[in-house]
Amino acid sequence: MSRLLRTSRLFRPAARPGTLAALAAAGALTLAACGTGSGAGGSGGAPDTLTEIDYYDAAPQNTQLPQILDECAARTGVKIKHQQVPRAQFMPKLLQQASARSLPDLALIDNPDLQQLAATGGLVSLSRAGLSTEGLYPSIVQAGQYQGQTYGIAPGVNGLALYYNTDLFTQAGLKPPTTWDELTADARKLTRGSRYGVAFSAVGTEEGTFQFEPFFWTAGASLKALDSPQAVQALTLWKDLVGSGSASKSVVTWTQADVNDQFMAGNAAMMVNGPWQLPTLNADKKLHFGVVPIPIPGPGAKPVTPLGGEVWTVGHSNAAREAKAVAVVKCLLGHDESATWSKDAGYIPSNQRAAAQLAASDPQLAAFVQEVGTAKARTTELGTDYPKVSQALADAIQAALAGGTSPEKALSQAQSAARN
Amino acid sequence: MSTTVQGRPAAVTAAAAAPGGRSRGPARARWAAVAFVAPAWLYVAGFYLYPLASSIRMGFQDYTVSSFYTGVAPYVGWDNYSKVLHDSHFGRTVLNTVVFTAGSLVFQFALGLALAVFFNRRFPLGGPLRSLLLVPWLLPLVVSGTAWRWILDTDSGVLNHALLQLHLIGHPVPWLASTHDALTAVTLVNIWVGIPFNMVILYGGLQSIPGELYEAAALDGAGGWQRFRHITLPLLRPVTAVVLTLGLIYTVKVFDVIMILTQGGPAGSSQTLTTFAYNLSFQQLEFGRGAAVGNLLIVVAVVFAVVYLRATREQRQAGR
Repeated sequence: MSRLLRTSRLFRPAARPGTLAALAAAGALTLAACGTGSGAGGSGGAPDTLTEIDYYDAAPQNTQLPQILDECAARTGVKIKHQQVPRAQFMPKLLQQASARSLPDLALIDNPDLQQLAATGGLVSLSRAGLSTEGLYPSIVQAGQYQGQTYGIAPGVNGLALYYNTDLFTQAGLKPPTTWDELTADARKLTRGSRYGVAFSAVGTEEGTFQFEPFFWTAGASLKALDSPQAVQALTLWKDLVGSGSASKSVVTWTQADVNDQFMAGNAAMMVNGPWQLPTLNADKKLHFGVVPIPIPGPGAKPVTPLGGEVWTVGHSNAAREAKAVAVVKCLLGHDESATWSKDAGYIPSNQRAAAQLAASDPQLAAFVQEVGTAKARTTELGTDYPKVSQALADAIQAALAGGTSPEKALSQAQSAARN
Repeated sequence: MSTTVQGRPAAVTAAAAAPGGRSRGPARARWAAVAFVAPAWLYVAGFYLYPLASSIRMGFQDYTVSSFYTGVAPYVGWDNYSKVLHDSHFGRTVLNTVVFTAGSLVFQFALGLALAVFFNRRFPLGGPLRSLLLVPWLLPLVVSGTAWRWILDTDSGVLNHALLQLHLIGHPVPWLASTHDALTAVTLVNIWVGIPFNMVILYGGLQSIPGELYEAAALDGAGGWQRFRHITLPLLRPVTAVVLTLGLIYTVKVFDVIMILTQGGPAGSSQTLTTFAYNLSFQQLEFGRGAAVGNLLIVVAVVFAVVYLRATREQRQAGR
C-alpha cells in the first residue's frame, strides 16, 4: 500500500482526498483569515525559535532535511520548529498562514509556486537581505525572482531524464535512444507480454505537465502558444507511444512515483523520471539501469527540460527574526551543506561548479547535470499565469491520450481555455 | 442575529413547559432559555453562517493568491459566475454530476433494498453476513479508494483479470484511464460505498412492517412479488423518501472517491462540481471561481434539503 500512496517529493497527486471538501474549502480558508494567528512564525517574541515548513514526506529526504536544518540552526544559535505538510496541502496551508499574517520564518517551496507567493508581499527579499546567487544556475536564480528581487534560493535542483533497464537493453541488443525515432522504435521492440517499452506520467495535474515539458520544449514549442505545430508534434509522439501499445494506457493515472514503481517492477523498460528516485532505485540491488538525456526530435536539437526543485524563502515577521532566518538560509546554501544535501537526496547542487564536480564523480547524475545547464524554469514565460496554462496543457495531454481527441484539437482547445 | 429574536420562540417553549412547574418570573425563564440556546447559535454562526457568508462574498470577488495576504479583493459582480458558466468544462461537469448522482442513487437503492429484503428473512449466519456488508461503510474512503484503484488498474487489476479469464472481454478495459469508462468506474465504486447505508436504513424500515400483513396476504393467495409490490413498497415509502433525499445530498457532494480514483480525469471525464471547485481553487488558484462553483453546489443541496424537510414534515403531520 505504501508504494502506491507514496509519491515523490516533487509532486503529489492533486489532492489528499477526504480532508478538504471542495465545497467548504473556500469558506474554511476565509475563516482562517480572521482567526488568530496559527502559531507558526508571526511577530513578537524573542527569536530563539524559528518555524519551518516543507513537503518532503518521503524517505530519505524527510529525515535528511531536519538533520541539516538542526545543524544550521545550532550554528546560528536558534532552534527550529520543523513541520511537514503533504504536497497537496502545502499551498493551501501557506495561503492560510499568509492570510493570518503568520507565514513561517522558513519555507521550502516548489519553484513554480514562488512567484505566486512572492506576489502576496509576505516574503522577505533575499537580495536586499544580502544573500548572493552568484555561481548558481541562471535558470534557478530566475525562478526565484519576482519583479527584479530574489525571494527564493534553491539548495539543489532537479530535472528529468530517461532511465533505461540495462539488462533488457543488452538482451535485445539495443543502445539507449537519443532521438524520438529511436525512442519509438526501441519502445516497440522492448514491449513484450505484460512489459511496456516506456513509462511516463501523464496524470492530469502539474505533475503530468512537468513530464511532458521536456518533449514540448525540446520540439521548440512555447507555453504562450499551446497549439503550435511543434506542440502538436510533441503530443503526437506521446499519443503514438500509447496508441501503439508501447506505453500503458494507464499513464494518464500514474504519478511519477507510480512510474518509478512500474520501472522497478520490470513492467517498463524505460521511464521518464527525476534524480530524486535514485536513492530508491539504487537500494534495489537486482535492478540494473542507466540514465541518458531525454531524446530529441532530430540531430542538432538540444534537450530543454523543466527545472524542478524547491527554493528557500523567508516570511515577514520582525527584523530580528528575519535576520536569524536569513542567517539559517545562508548556512543551508553553503557549499558543504548544499553538496551533502544534494548527494543524499538525489538533487543536483544549484552551484554550477559543485554540480560539475558531482557529475564527474557520479555517472548516474551526469545526464541530469548536463540537462540542468539548458533547463528552463517553468515560470519564465508566464510568471504568475503558469498554474492556469499548466492545467490546460495537462487536460490536453489527457484528452489526446485517453479520449481519442486528435493532438491538434486537444491543444487548440487548451489554448482557448488558457486564454479564458 | 440578535438574541431577542431567538429569545421569543425559546420563551414560548419555556412558557409552555411552565404550567405544572414551579412559578418563575418570565424574564428569568427567558434568560435561562437564551443561555441554553446561545452556545448552539454561536457554534452555528461561527462554523456555518460565517464561512457560508464568506464563500458567497468570495464568489463576487476577484480573489487571488495575494488577496490572502493583503486582504484586498476587488468586487467583480457576477463575473466569476459568468466565467464559470462559459467555461468549456462546465456543461460536461454538470452532466457528469447528474449522471453520477442518478446512477449512484438508483443502483444504491435497488441493491440496498434487495439486500435488506434478503436479510429480512431469518437464516443461519444472517447476522454476521449482514455485519460484513457494513464494511464498505466503515472503511476510510482513502483505504477503499486506493484498493479500488488497484482493482480497476488496466494492466494488473484483478477486475480485468477476472473478466478476461471469464472471456467476457476481449482485451483489458482501461477503467480509470479512458475518457469513456472513467465516469462509469467512479460511479460503480460510489455505488459500492453507498449500498450499506441504504441497506441499513431500509432494513430498519422492513423490521417495522408487521409480519401479520404478509401472513394475511399469503392466506389471500398473494405471491412473493405481489406481497413486495403491495405491502413492502407502500409501507416503506416514508423510509424510502428519507434514504433517497439523504442519499442525493450525500452523492452530490461526493469528493474523496473521485479524487482518489481519477482526480476528475482523464481530461475532466469524471469531473463533478465538487472536484471542479477544488480544481479551480487549488490547482488554478482561481479562488473566486472556485467559490462560485461551491456556491452553486450549496444552492443545489439547499433545494433538496428543503424538499426533504417538507417531506418529513408532511409525513409527521400525516402520522398524527
